[in-house]
Amino acid sequence: MSAIVILLVASISVSAIFLAAFIWSVRSGQLDDDFSPPQRILFDNQVTTQTNNNQQ
Amino acid sequence: MPTAATGKQTACYHCGENCQERKIATDGKYFCCEGCKMVYQLLNQSGLCEYYDLNGQPGTSQRMAVRKDKFAFLEVDHIQRQLISFTDEKQTHITFYLPQIHCSSCLYLLENLHKLHTGVISAIVNFTRKEVAIVFDHHTISLREVAELLTSIGYEPYISLNNLGLKKSPVNRQLLYRMGIAGFCFANIMLISFPEYLGLEGSEKALQGIFRTLNFILALPVVFYCAVPFFSSGWKALKHKHLNIDAPISLAILITFCRSVYEVASGTGGGYFDSMSGIVFFMLVGRVFQDKTYQQLSFERDFTSYFPVAVSVLKEDKEIPTALPEIKVGDTLVIHNEELIPADGILTRGKGFIDYSFVTGESLPVTKEMGEIVYAGGKQTGSVMEILVVKEVAQSYLAKLWSDNDFKRNEEKNISFVHLLSRWFTYILLGIATSAAVYWSLVDSSKVWNAITAVLIVACPCALLLSNTFTNGVILRILGRNKFYLRNAQVIEDMARIDHIVFDKTGTLASAHEQQIEYFGKTLSKRQLLQIATLAAGSNHPLSKALVKYIGRKGKMPVNDFHEITGRGVEGIVGDHYIKLGSYHYVTGKEKHLEGTAVYISYDHEVQGCFQFSNQFRESVPALVKNLKPQYSLSVLSGDNAAGKTNLEQLLGHDSVILFQQKPEDKLRYIQSLQKHGKKVMMVGDGLNDAGALQQSNVGIAVAEDCNNFTPASDAIIEAGQLSKLPTFIRLCKVNKRIVIASFILSIAYNIVGLSFAVQGDLSPLIAAILMPASSLSILLVTFGSGHLAARLLIKSPLPASPGRGRSNTTSRQSRANTHRM
Repeated sequence: MSAIVILLVASISVSAIFLAAFIWSVRSGQLDDDFSPPQRILFDNQVTTQTNNNQQ
Repeated sequence: MPTAATGKQTACYHCGENCQERKIATDGKYFCCEGCKMVYQLLNQSGLCEYYDLNGQPGTSQRMAVRKDKFAFLEVDHIQRQLISFTDEKQTHITFYLPQIHCSSCLYLLENLHKLHTGVISAIVNFTRKEVAIVFDHHTISLREVAELLTSIGYEPYISLNNLGLKKSPVNRQLLYRMGIAGFCFANIMLISFPEYLGLEGSEKALQGIFRTLNFILALPVVFYCAVPFFSSGWKALKHKHLNIDAPISLAILITFCRSVYEVASGTGGGYFDSMSGIVFFMLVGRVFQDKTYQQLSFERDFTSYFPVAVSVLKEDKEIPTALPEIKVGDTLVIHNEELIPADGILTRGKGFIDYSFVTGESLPVTKEMGEIVYAGGKQTGSVMEILVVKEVAQSYLAKLWSDNDFKRNEEKNISFVHLLSRWFTYILLGIATSAAVYWSLVDSSKVWNAITAVLIVACPCALLLSNTFTNGVILRILGRNKFYLRNAQVIEDMARIDHIVFDKTGTLASAHEQQIEYFGKTLSKRQLLQIATLAAGSNHPLSKALVKYIGRKGKMPVNDFHEITGRGVEGIVGDHYIKLGSYHYVTGKEKHLEGTAVYISYDHEVQGCFQFSNQFRESVPALVKNLKPQYSLSVLSGDNAAGKTNLEQLLGHDSVILFQQKPEDKLRYIQSLQKHGKKVMMVGDGLNDAGALQQSNVGIAVAEDCNNFTPASDAIIEAGQLSKLPTFIRLCKVNKRIVIASFILSIAYNIVGLSFAVQGDLSPLIAAILMPASSLSILLVTFGSGHLAARLLIKSPLPASPGRGRSNTTSRQSRANTHRM
C-alpha cells in the first residue's frame, strides 16, 4: 500500500515538473512566436555555410 | 554564375524586381537600382551573404531613397525617451516595427546586425509581430544611427504617432496558463481514478480514501481557476437577462463539482471529477485554438498609427524635428516627398501634389498652389513644401472625422446562433430533468437528486461549445492561410448572413496606383510618342510620370525651353518640335469643362488628341462581380469623380447602385439606410474615407495591397490579390454553421446514450468517463475533417501554409514596386 502512495507522489511530482516547465515556457514568451526559433536553429555560422556552398 | 537572366528580363539579385537596363552590376550580379546594389555590397563586406542563399531575392526594392534627415527626430530627447523600453549606463533597449520582415533571410540578417555595427549588442526578431528588439551601446551608436542602419539594409523602421508614449499591453497568456493547469489536473485525476473504474477490493478502503481526497484537491484549481472564464461570461450574460452558452456550461460544472464533493464526503462514490476536469480542459483547448490572433495585424488602428511621430518645424531657418502633439497653430512645417501632412494648414512655399487617395478616395493627386488650404492626411509627392499650421493635429479634419460620434460602432452585437441553439438545448434539458425528477419522486424518492444531477452533468452543452470553437478555429486558419484575416470567430457567422455587398472604388475595385490610359485623337508615330515621353519625363507631376510609364521609355534627345506651369502642363522643344502637354485649357487655350482626367497634346501648335486617364479595375474584379451578382445585391460608392461611370455600369449592370463623390459621412449614411431596410451589409473598402462605413457595416473588410500597410479599423483584412476569392470565402463561412450543427447532432447521439443511463439514476463514473472523451474526440475529428474537406473543395488551389513568400505575394510585391515607381 505504501508503495502505491510513493508512486502517486512520484507521478504527480513528475507531472508537476512538466507543468512548471510549461508555465515557464509560456511566461518567457516561447509560445508567442512560432516561426523564428525553428528557423534560427538552421542558421549556420560562417565557416559551415561556406563548406556547404562548396559541396553544392 | 553571371545572372539569373531569363530571356530579356533580368531579376534584381537583391529584390527580384525587373532590371530595366542591365547597367547596375557588381560581382556579376545585376541590380535594379543603386540602392539594392549598395545593400548587397554592404552585406558582402560583412560576410552576410547567406542572406541571399536562404531565400532567392529576399530584399525589398531600394528605388525610393529614404530622406537623409528622416530620423533626425530620434535625436530629440523626449521623443527618444518615449520610444525606448529600457536604458542604463551601458545599453539601451528598443523595439522597432519592421513591416518588411517576411522570410527567414530577414530573420538571419537582422539577428546578425551586430556584424554590421559593433555598437549593436544583440537583435532578436519576433516574426509574428514583425518586430525586432535591439540592444545597443548608446556610447558607440545613437538611436538615430540604429534606425538608419536598419534603413540602409532595407528595413526601414515604421514609427508612428501611435508608438508615442504607449506602453505595450502585456500579451494575455492567462488562457494558456488555465489550459496547462487544467491539462495537468485532468491527466492526474484520470490516472488516480483508474483504480475506481476497475474496482477496488474491500480491504483497500483506505487507499480509496486517499485517491478520492487527491482527486478532490486536484479538482479545486480546475473549478476555481481554470473554469473562471466560463463562469464570468455566463454570469455576465445572465445579468443582461439573456442566456448564452456559458451559463448552462457553468451550471453543469458547478453541479458536477458539488455532487462529486458530496459523494466523496459522504463516502457514497468517487464523483465525476475526471469528466468535469476533462470537459474544462477540452473547452479551454478549443478556446485557445479559436482565439489564435494575428498579432502582426491590427484591426483597431486609428489615425494615430497612420501619422508620423514627428515632423520638421521651421524655426529661424532651421528644420527642427518636433513631436506631433507639440505642434502649435502658427508653426511652419516642412513637408518632404512622401511625407504626410499632419495638420490642416496653408501652403506657404513650394508646390503641393497631394495624394488624398487614402483619405477621400480621389485617385489622382491634387495640385495645390501657394495660399491654398491643405488638409491633414494627404501625402505630398514630389518637391518640398512648407505649410503654416492653422489647426492643431487633434483639431484637424481627419482627427475630427475619426472622433465623430457617428463613427462609433453601435454596440448592438449579433448574437451567435450557438447561443440560441444552446438556449433551446437548456430548456429541453431542464424539461428532461424535471420529468425524471417527477418520475422518481413517485417511484423511488431516494433517486431524485441522483437523476437530476446526472441529467445535468451528462447533457451539458459543452459538445456544442467544443464543436463551435474547433470549427471556428479551423475556418479561421484556412482563411488566414489564404490571406484573409478575420478579427475573431464571430465574423465568420456575420459573413454567412450577408445579403448586400458595398464596394469602395478607388483602392478596392480599382488599384489606387495604376491608371488605365487610352489615347484618343490623331495617330502618333513612334518617334512622336518618344518625344512626348521625353518631355513628360521632365515633370514631376503624377500624370506625367504615369504617361512616361505608359509610353514605356523615353528618348535621349535634349529638351530645350522647358517650362512647367503647376497644375496646368508642360511645354518644351524636343528634337526641333514644339510640344505642349497638359490640360485642355492649357493646350488649346479654350474653356471647356470636362469630366474625368485627360492630358492633351499639341505638336507644333497643332492639337493632336488626348490621353484619357481612368482607374484600372483589378484583373479579378469582373470575375468577382460575376460570382457575387446572382446571390447578393451590390453597390459601389466612390469618393472619386464620375469619370469611370460607364465602365462601372458595364461591369455591374444597371440594377446596382453606383454613387460618386461620396464623402465619408455619405458612405456611412448609405450603409445605415440599407440596414434600416433590414439588409445585412458587408462593406469592402480600403481607406480612411471608408472607416466609418467599415465600422457601421455588419462586416467591414479592409483591402490591403500588403497586409502590413495601414488599414482602417475593420472586422477583417484581405490582401488585394485575394479579392477574387471573396465569394469562396463567404461560402466557406456558410459551411461553418453546417459543420457545427453536424458535429452537434453527433454529440447529441452520445448525449442520448448518456441520458438513458442518467434518467435511470445510475450513471456510473466509468460511463461518464468514457462518453466524455469519446464525444470530444469525435467532434474534433468531424470538425477538422469536414473543415479541411470543405476548404479543399471550395478553394481549388490552396496556397502553401508557410508564412514565406507564397504565390500571391508576387502581386503584392509588384504593387509595392508600382507604388514606388509612381
